[in-house]
Amino acid sequence: MSTAAAGHHTPIPKVATLVKVFLSLIVLTFVTTLISYIDLGELNIVVALIIAVFKASLVAWIFMGVRYTTSLTKLFVIAGLVWLSILILLTYSDYTSINWIYQARPWSQTKAPYFEDKAK
Amino acid sequence: MADTIVPATEDVISPAEEVHLKHHFATPAQQMDADTLGMWTFLITEVLFFGGMFASYAVYRNLYFPAFASTSKFMNVPLGATNTGVLICSSLTMAMAVRSAQLSNRKALVRFLILTMFFGAVFLGIKAYEYHEKWVEHLVPGFGFQYEETQFERNAQILFFLYFAMTGMHAIHMIVGFGLLTYLVVKARKNAFTEHYFAPVEMIGLYWHFVDIVWIFLFPMLYLIGGRR
Repeated sequence: MSTAAAGHHTPIPKVATLVKVFLSLIVLTFVTTLISYIDLGELNIVVALIIAVFKASLVAWIFMGVRYTTSLTKLFVIAGLVWLSILILLTYSDYTSINWIYQARPWSQTKAPYFEDKAK
Repeated sequence: MADTIVPATEDVISPAEEVHLKHHFATPAQQMDADTLGMWTFLITEVLFFGGMFASYAVYRNLYFPAFASTSKFMNVPLGATNTGVLICSSLTMAMAVRSAQLSNRKALVRFLILTMFFGAVFLGIKAYEYHEKWVEHLVPGFGFQYEETQFERNAQILFFLYFAMTGMHAIHMIVGFGLLTYLVVKARKNAFTEHYFAPVEMIGLYWHFVDIVWIFLFPMLYLIGGRR
């Protein structure tokens, strides 16, 4: 699959592998652009993000050579993604649920501060 | 020559490698692993730095989706898609540059580094053109902001603020990468990188690919929100 550089254990990627990744990325860019012209409703962003995650994984795994790195580096990469998901999921869940506290108390006259002009 | 240190691998460390081997590492392979881990640690902080902006985008998109979707018709999708392609090209040439360094091919290394810089410059040029377009159409947030659908004016401005903040931070990263690549070209021309030592090429390559990944997410999130209906 690949040969080790003299005196090193870092394998040298094949040109064909790099070109295949490149072509896949270009094709996926076309796909994601074309799909945006089709109205899938809520699913548009889901499809776009799935394709983006796939593209990013290709770049990280092959171009950035995560597949050749040590287990420790792989663990660091995964840890980074876990922290990112904590950042986004917890922020998002707060904004989603902040209104529930008002909904639970129908006698309260206080309006929820965040969803007032959601209609716009 | 520390005779007490036994290399972890069976390889004999050649004099060409020993020049670049820092005294606190036992083998070139160990040094390379440490470099890679350090670079990834830095890149993870970068992921979280951009992650803050992605999170605020997610929140505001959820709150003001109709306003956000209405901005899509002002985004130049062909140029955005072209820029995605241009960055992917630069990632390929960067990967080829690292490969050339690993093969001690100085000429190819310099050529691929300059090609990478060329694609980076094309990207920034197209980006500057798009910024100019936004300026002319009064879509830069601030006092001059005008939006034809007045009911969305306030909330669409948030999207354009995020647009300039995110693509602007991305462009600054590109400019930094441009400087780093210039450094690599100068060093590579002096034959500084061979199969025995190419860590700087590989690490700056990691940075460049990371900036590409950020754009891979920015493109669908900023340009393709509401579809082209």
